[in-house]
Order: sequence, then C-alpha cells, then structure tokens
Amino acid sequence: MIISVASGKGGTGKTTVSTNLARSIDQKVQVFDCDVEEPDSHLFLNPVIEKKESVIAPVPEIDLEKCSFCKKCMNICRFGAIAVLKKDVLCFENLCHSCGGCFEVCPENAVMEKERSLGEVEHGSSNGISFIHGRLDISQVMVPPIIKKIRSYTNPDIVTIIDAPPGTSCPVIAAMNKADFILLVTEPTPFGLHDLKLAVETVRILGIPHGLVINRAGLGNDDVKIYSEKENLPILMEIPFDKKIAKIYSKGQMVVEQLPEYKEKFQNLFNKISQLVEKGRQEK
Amino acid sequence: MKIAVTSQGDTLDSQIDPRFGRAAFILVVDTETLEFEAFDNNENKNAFKGAGIQAAAMINDKEAKVLLTGFCGPNAFKTLEAAGVKVANDQSGRIIDVVQKFKQGNVIFADGANKDSHW
Repeated sequence: MIISVASGKGGTGKTTVSTNLARSIDQKVQVFDCDVEEPDSHLFLNPVIEKKESVIAPVPEIDLEKCSFCKKCMNICRFGAIAVLKKDVLCFENLCHSCGGCFEVCPENAVMEKERSLGEVEHGSSNGISFIHGRLDISQVMVPPIIKKIRSYTNPDIVTIIDAPPGTSCPVIAAMNKADFILLVTEPTPFGLHDLKLAVETVRILGIPHGLVINRAGLGNDDVKIYSEKENLPILMEIPFDKKIAKIYSKGQMVVEQLPEYKEKFQNLFNKISQLVEKGRQEK
Repeated sequence: MKIAVTSQGDTLDSQIDPRFGRAAFILVVDTETLEFEAFDNNENKNAFKGAGIQAAAMINDKEAKVLLTGFCGPNAFKTLEAAGVKVANDQSGRIIDVVQKFKQGNVIFADGANKDSHW
C-alpha cells in the first residue's frame, strides 16, 4: 500500500505525520522523502545511509560540423534553452527539461545526447524502516525524474509512505500519482485552507482516495472543518497546537517516542487509511 | 551599422524598455540613415523561460552588432557575446536620444550581465 502525504501549503506537518506514522505501524514500511528540494525526513529518522546514486538526464550538444543552422531545435524548445546563431549554437543545460524534442526534429542528426546530473538518491535504513530520499543538485530545477527514481524502488509487499513536496505542481503529481491513498495535512488557518482546496482539487483529478489530518488543531478558526464537512472530506486525525510537540519537533525528535500516547493515535490513523483504501477498492 | 535597442513602443520617439528579453519591442536601427525596423517581441515577452536567449538569437538574426538596453541577464549576455554583439546596459530615455548618444561614442560597453537570471 502506498500512502502519499501531501498538503498544498508548505510547513503544515507532512514530515511530522509521515515519519511518526512510519514509526508507529507494526508492519514493514519504507519511507520515501520526495521533497527533493529540501528533504528533511532524515532529520527525524536519522537513517544510516548505505548507498548513493546520481540521477541523470540527457541534454543536447550540437555537432557544428553536421549542423545546418536550420533552427528547428531552437523553435521546438518550449524552454528557450537553445540559441542558434549564425555560426554557433548555444545550449543552456539549466533551462533544458530533457523532453527530447531537439533530438527528434534535427534533420542533420547533429544533436547529440550529453548527460547531466540532476541530483542524487540516497538509500538507508532507520531501526527497521527502509529509507530513501532524493536531493536536487544546486542550480537544477527538474524535480520529477528524481522522484520517479525514488519511487522505482517501491516494494509492493510492504507499506510505502511518501513525504511529498508542498504545492500542486509537477513534483507533487509525481509524488502522488498511483498512490493508494493521499493523506492531506493542513492547519486550520485561512492560508492552510486556501492551499488545501487546491490540493483537494488536484487529488480529485487523480481520482485517489484521500483524507485529512488537521495539525495545530485549536489554532486559527473552524473554516477547515466546515469545508471538509461540506466536501465530504474525512478528518482522520487532529494533532493539537501544543508547545510540547513543537519542542520535540525543534529538537529533531519523534513525537511517538517522546509522547508514547501518540503511537496509538497514529496506529488508528493507519487503520482508518487501510479501511478507506479497502473501501475504495471495493467501489472500483 | 545596425544596432538593436529595446523599446516600449515602435517608433524612435518611444522610451527605452529597460528589460531586454521581455521588452515590448526591439528596434533595429541603421545608425547612418536612422531607418529602422520595429520587431514586436510579444512572443518572448510571454515566454515561460529563456526570453533573453531567444531575443539575443533574434538580434543576431537581424545582424545588429550592438545592443542598447536597460538590464541584460547572464544567459542573454552569453548568447550575445557568442554572437559578437556588444552590449551597453543601463540605458534610459528616448530611443532617438540613446542612438545619438551611441553615435557620439558616449556609451560604455559591458563586460558582463548586470542582472541575475530569473527562476
């Protein structure tokens, strides 16, 4: 079962929920931190890293001896990454999204594939939890290939918990797509609600069963609850706005280890998720 | 000699557009006759990425040897440099005045970008 933990708004508690959920369940579990622009699950799980690998993508390099300067590569590039000049062709690697269009349209076979590194993926383990996270290289912007690389290590026989990036753009889709359940973490503030709505719309397009965790419950107002009731969005757990939890978090510790009563709450959360996944399967 | 100037409008009385890649118009002016062509830069203006690079390639295409503009980023500068186009940044005022200033030798050519790239 794949559970993707997403939010819309950043800083609502995706990592807190993912890591504590992983630590609470009595099943084999793997945690994928797919927030590769700023991975932080490792700060709480403290995994021992056993293996590193780089993620590469092709970028064009032009063979000027073959090039007829026809500009087809420049014109197809949606990202303006190629400049065909009178006697030279410049390729801007950092703008390239490796779509492969330039390789396809070149009539002279002058566009060669060069490799560039996008980032790296690290594998490790933390007290029985199998752990993988990605890290985007500085100056790179292409996130989905790194997330896809991480997710290629999904073990279908165990529980996979994905700590997704914030937002609703391509990296988030890459971290939610084909999950069995999407757990949306929000906070009861106007900003939390605003971005939650965007996240819910996204999840509905993907057609994946989903539910809500309200973090910092007690803060803000009741609008998130009113919204979730109206939208038939099940609230699976509430984590109170509690200074004790904030202190534990700020020290890089796990809530379920410092406040053991939370272990059961996260187990309950997992059970509710399992039931909703099962219900979703039956409805299909 | 042909020079390119970024412009807010399509005449020599228009004001310089301080943006290079996303300028409204790019005017290519013949400094001898003051004849000019105005190119609508709308496509680059709304480009998702690489506006400066594409505008630089266009200037190379039109065979301008000099660019007078406000701000030029690193990718655009690199492309202009490869195309052999000299760049004078920090220009402002009417196109015609800036062209005259250039003809009198009163502009300083840049040796690098004067603006960070956009993300």
